[in-house]
Order: sequence, then C-alpha cells, then structure tokens
Amino acid sequence: MTTVASAQTDIPATAWHHRHLIDLDVVSWPEIDLIMRTTDEMKGILARPIRKVPALNGRRVTTLFYEASTRTRVSFETAARNLSADVVSVAPATSSVTKGESLVDTVRTLEALGAEILVMRHSVSGAPYLAAEVFGGHVLNGGDGWHAHPTQALLDLYTMRENLPGGDLRGRKVAIVGDILHSRVARSNIWSLTAAGADLWLCGPATLLRGMDRWATAWSGGAIPGHGRFNVTSDIEAALHDADVVMGLRIQRERMQGGLLPSLREYAARFQLNAERVSLAKPGAIVMHPGPMNEGVEIAPDVAISGRSVITDQVANGVAVRMALLYLLAGAHEAAHGETPL
Amino acid sequence: MTDRQIMTGDEIRRAIVRISHEIVEKQAGTQGLALVGIQRRGVPLAKRVADAIEEHEGVRVPVGALDITFYRDDLSLVAQQPIVKGTDLPFDLSGATVVLVDDVLYTGRTIRCAMDALIDFGRPRAIRLAVLIDRGHRELPIRADHVGKNVPTSREEIVKVHVAEIDGADEVSIARQVRAPDAGTADETGTAGN
Repeated sequence: MTTVASAQTDIPATAWHHRHLIDLDVVSWPEIDLIMRTTDEMKGILARPIRKVPALNGRRVTTLFYEASTRTRVSFETAARNLSADVVSVAPATSSVTKGESLVDTVRTLEALGAEILVMRHSVSGAPYLAAEVFGGHVLNGGDGWHAHPTQALLDLYTMRENLPGGDLRGRKVAIVGDILHSRVARSNIWSLTAAGADLWLCGPATLLRGMDRWATAWSGGAIPGHGRFNVTSDIEAALHDADVVMGLRIQRERMQGGLLPSLREYAARFQLNAERVSLAKPGAIVMHPGPMNEGVEIAPDVAISGRSVITDQVANGVAVRMALLYLLAGAHEAAHGETPL
Repeated sequence: MTDRQIMTGDEIRRAIVRISHEIVEKQAGTQGLALVGIQRRGVPLAKRVADAIEEHEGVRVPVGALDITFYRDDLSLVAQQPIVKGTDLPFDLSGATVVLVDDVLYTGRTIRCAMDALIDFGRPRAIRLAVLIDRGHRELPIRADHVGKNVPTSREEIVKVHVAEIDGADEVSIARQVRAPDAGTADETGTAGN
C-alpha cells in the first residue's frame, strides 16, 4: 500500500493486453511489474476488515482441474470471491469427462453455461493452448503437465521481492533444488527470474535435469532478448553457496517412472534441503517450496518451519497474485473487443 | 482545443480556506473529524484543507487517501484498466465524521464508489463531501456539502484541475472535448470524467 506522500508520484501506466495467461514467455518485464504492483494493492485488500471488493461483480469464473490440487484451486476460488466474482468449480472426476467428453467439448459446454474466465489445470502439457483456441473468454493456466505454472512463478517472485532487502532480484542468487525435469514450477520460474535479472541455479540429480543444460546454453547466446543465462548443476554445495533464495521442489513420485532415482532415501541423502546444507546460503537467505511438501525427502521438517522459511507467505501471496491476474485479465477482454468508454 | 481558465491559484487557495472553515463550523469543532482524499487530486486537496484547519484551529485532523479503482462499476467500459494508486487510511473510521475530498463532482459515480469503499473499512458516524468544482450533470442522487466553485458546463466540455503537488501549478480550466472515441479514462489525463 502506498502512503499519502508516495501516492503522488507518477507511476508509468502500462496497459495489460493479454487475453489469456498460459505461460510467462510472452509476458514482458514491465507487464510482470504491473502484476506485482497490482498484487500490492490486492494485499492491501486482504489486510482490511472486509476482504472483498466489487471489482469483478457479476463476472463468472470457472475452475476446471483435471489434476488433484488443493492450494491452487482454493487459492483461485478465494481470489475470485474476494473480487466478488461468481465461482463455479468443475471436478472432471465427477463430470461428463468420465463419460469420454473431450477437453474441447467440455470447454465449449462451460462457455455455453456462462464461463467468462476459465482457470484450468491439466496433466497434458499445452492443454490450455487448445482450450484457448475454442474458448471465447480468458484462459488462466493453473498448471499444465511439465510445461508451465505461471501463477506459482509470479507468487514466488512476489514473495522473493517482499523478503529481499530493496525488493530487487538483480544479481541475487536463487537456487532451485529438486525434480527440475518434471517441474512446471521451475520452467515458469526460469522465465520470470531470468527476466528479473536473478542469478538462477537449477540443481538436482543429472537424470532430473535432462535437457535443461541445452536451454541454459541457448540463452547464454542471447537467444531470447531480455532474459539472462541460468546455471544447471548436480553439485548441491555449489548451488547453495551464498544463495539469497533456496527453493525446494517436490519429488513427484507419480511421475517417477523408469528408474530416474535409485531411491527416495538416496535422493534425500544427497539433495535434501537440511539445516546443514541451507547454512551454506547467505545468513539472511529465505527458504521456499511451492508445496505440497514431502517432508523428509526434498526438505527436512525443521527447515520447512524454520525462521527462514517463507512457505506460508507463498500461500498467502498466492491469493493476492491471483486476484491481480483475474482483475487484469477481466479488464483486457473489453479492450480487445474495442469497447468505448462512457 | 482551447482552454479557458476558471480559477487561478489564489482563488483555489481562498476556496480551500473557506471550505476548511465550513467543515469545522458544520462539525462544531474538530472532534471526530477526518479527511479522506480521493485519488489522485483529491489527496493533495485533502492535505491542504487539513493544513488550513490546523492554521486556524491549531488541531491536526487525520488525513487519508482512498483509491476507488476496485469499486468502479465501469471496468468493462474503459479501454484500459485504471492504474491503482493506493489506499491509505491510517485511522479508525468507526464513529468518525469523514469528509471525502475530490477535485471535481460530475456524475456522482466516483462518490458512490468512494462511499462503498469507505463503508468496507468501518462505520463512520457521517460521510460528507467537499469538492473544489461542482460541474453539474449528476447521474445519481448525490450532492456536495462544501463546494469551492459551481461551474455550469456542457457534457462536451472537460474540467481540468491542476494542483502543484502533481501538475506543478495550481489552476482550473475548462476545455472543449476533442477526444478519440477509444481514448483512455479521463482520470488518467488529469481531468475529471467520472
């Protein structure tokens, strides 16, 4: 929240013009900054006695989650309700999807039932792009396969900015440790953290880093303007040394086919974020995890609840970030359709 | 587009001093009084009213800032989202007499939004309204308690309030509207359209 004095300084106006949010690859740094500033205001609303504003009064938000989720779905639904939107929650396990209805037909049906903003999660990478092709409203990706989880990356960025002195990630060392291969969280974080100018390190067993080194090398050649290089390593000490941010990722047992890991015990012995390893990071470093955690596997229970842990901040900030995105997307719709102001 | 000046800096200053006296007179003192400026130009105006009250009453009344962006009923009607500028109400509204301060009173919709927003923060004993310019054309049953200057206008005209804190100088002028139909929100250009 701005104070009376700072409210008088001019903030450069950046228009939001994306109809959908599926990944952060097409979102520019000024646009990410606009999301962060809008999130600040949403946090202000969450601190009020009445945590609700009428900004999306009468707008219809539908959540369609093909994969299990508690925090993301509840976070989106809470965010939508805080903005006074009407929320419909579809659980494919109890819907016509079990009768063989295709994604395209489900999306068309939900649109005919009045959905304006569709928040979806799907186990197939790229599924939201298909939904966006047939849906007349806005698609907001709540996680697709290994591909992307943009709202998680944005709440991670917001939480880092909130906890780092000066709120600036330029030159800050961020170590993401765990199952990088299967992680949509890591992939979306690559876009936002390199755009923010962070010194990003991805760390895990070589089998769970496959393909990442080629991505990192391609970017060091300036393949994508505005995005910095990131580092890939299996050396946990090198990754954690002097880090400002340490983020653990869940070992995704459900995706762990084909002998990628000898055993969870061996993973824990070599890569678990325990107190000793985390002490390699800077004294004021923060510990993050997108959840759900396998405590005792990728993160030690005492680290998860230590004073350095901002894991519950991440959950709380998730609601504010999702309020900001719902608000920005809902406004973009009318602009795209050329409505004129009164 | 030709601008015609309707208030000079001196006239603005005198209007604010008069409004400050009216507010104190109506409240029979400064007890329980709070000023809330509506973003953006209502905020510096509220501070100036508080300064004037301090000068003649020797009491500093609390001043807050209110952003009504999330309370607007026309998100679907503006070409770009209005930029949120921050709400800061560093005092308890419950039981207070809150004087909303804005630069221009036009349709009354901004004031309706502001009242909705205020009531979400607490239950004021009373809400009053002070504006520098009342230009008419109300679309809601709202009137100001304290007015700097009544200015008859046509809907095609735009009233521009400039304050030193934001625009570098104090002035109110009126201009003929020459705007593309898809122009941004009036608030962003320093004119009052809502």
